[in-house]
Amino acid sequence: MQRFSALSLFRQGLSGHRGWRAQWRSPEPKAAYDALIIGAGGHGLGTAYYLAREHGMRNIAVLDRGWLGGGNTGRNTTIIRSNYLFDESAALYDHAVKLWEGLSQTLNYNVMFSPRGVLMLAHTVHDVQVFQRHIHANRLNGVDNEWLSAEEAKAYCPPIEIGRHLRYPVIGAALQRRGGTARHDAVAWGFARAADAMGVDIIENCAVTAIHRDAAGAVTGVETTRGTIRAPKVGVVAAGHTSVVMAMAGLRMPLESYPLQALVSEPVKPVFPCVVMSNTIHAYISQSDKGELVIGAGTDAYTSYSQRGGLHISSHTLEAICELFPMFRRMRMLRNWGGIVDVTPDRSPIIAKTSVPGLYVNSGWGTGGFKATPGSAHVFAWTMAKDEPHRINAPFTIERFRDGLLIDEAAAAAVAH
Amino acid sequence: MLLIPCPWCGLRPEIEFSYGGEANIARPADPAALTDEEWGAFLYLRTNPKGRHAERWRHANGCGRFFNAVRDTVSDFFETTTKPGELPPSGGKS
Repeated sequence: MQRFSALSLFRQGLSGHRGWRAQWRSPEPKAAYDALIIGAGGHGLGTAYYLAREHGMRNIAVLDRGWLGGGNTGRNTTIIRSNYLFDESAALYDHAVKLWEGLSQTLNYNVMFSPRGVLMLAHTVHDVQVFQRHIHANRLNGVDNEWLSAEEAKAYCPPIEIGRHLRYPVIGAALQRRGGTARHDAVAWGFARAADAMGVDIIENCAVTAIHRDAAGAVTGVETTRGTIRAPKVGVVAAGHTSVVMAMAGLRMPLESYPLQALVSEPVKPVFPCVVMSNTIHAYISQSDKGELVIGAGTDAYTSYSQRGGLHISSHTLEAICELFPMFRRMRMLRNWGGIVDVTPDRSPIIAKTSVPGLYVNSGWGTGGFKATPGSAHVFAWTMAKDEPHRINAPFTIERFRDGLLIDEAAAAAVAH
Repeated sequence: MLLIPCPWCGLRPEIEFSYGGEANIARPADPAALTDEEWGAFLYLRTNPKGRHAERWRHANGCGRFFNAVRDTVSDFFETTTKPGELPPSGGKS
């Protein structure tokens, strides 16, 4: 791997930047691997990276029906935080935040992690009570989260309108200072480059069409549009298409797929210092390093694989943004798009073994999987390598829906769903 | 925004409707007789197909009535909508 550093940049500068090489290979699939990952998004590529680095599994491949990072990894609003209510969730998401903090150095790739703070606005007495409960629960779990008055929130993020005339006035906010954003594409590219350097084959434009099993039911490999590939372990990290892939092994999942939208404005000078989220009026916003306002809208009401959402969903969010930030009323939106998110009934993910030997699944991240990328990948690699869950993902099974052991962030999460 | 053909009111905008999820999931007659596996499956497991999907809708801000639909989840095109108890020409299975 060609390492990146100030010195390598300087040297390349002297030779007109003509010496940079491709950051990963584009190999033909081999007939057999020790393990396959289906889905070359951040979670899947990260899983391959940790399998290779921490578990010595280097004869592995990541398959994707499109190009790497072309799904939800490239479509999300890049927010990172770990201020979840329940102990299980706090442990999982904070594991990810801790990995984010050193990820650029670990990967030798600048993922532009920016802990600029995530501010969650309270507009009602109910919001205040819920957020203060979250703050206390988070602090008991060692997750930073603090309460700000409306004036303190305005001082932290000056563009916020805190006048009492608003339909939903800001009456306080919860702030997680360690939260922030990262460059989503760079996460996929950084993991891909580092995994490739350890021998992992990343095979793009290779759709899985069937999962092969032996007489005992165990996984033996997959059928793809580029031929049969044998492997004793298959990890499904297919986001919105998880139900489709798992159906190839005859499994029904507690998942439904919905379009989730995001949009960006024209780029402007730095005006917005942090991430602001509001559950009650359903808006979240930050400013990218390119200067675009990055805005997340809600999911559509119905299940769909269409990768676009209703205009009334994004209009609703823009109305809320204009109310909260009057200075943005004349901003023009440049692009909007949708991704397909797989949503579980309790809005917590599934990172687990399945009833099929050799088949593992990492899914159900719903509307907020990006923030968990390195943590999710790390514990899923552990699960695949050792055939047993890491203690952090042990509660995130499929069987929790049979046993009634839900991790009900649907009701409790610090974000609207 | 989708235009949805309510079987009573005709084509109406999506915001008049509420979505009821996958259709044809009958509540078990005797829940206590089920195993945890079966009850969990009834509550939580869904087909979530990419393609034809039999689903329930309610014209909540219109006539207020429930109906069934068959929609393609890739194109969001409504193949048919039927009143409760009626079977669509295709049989309604997704």
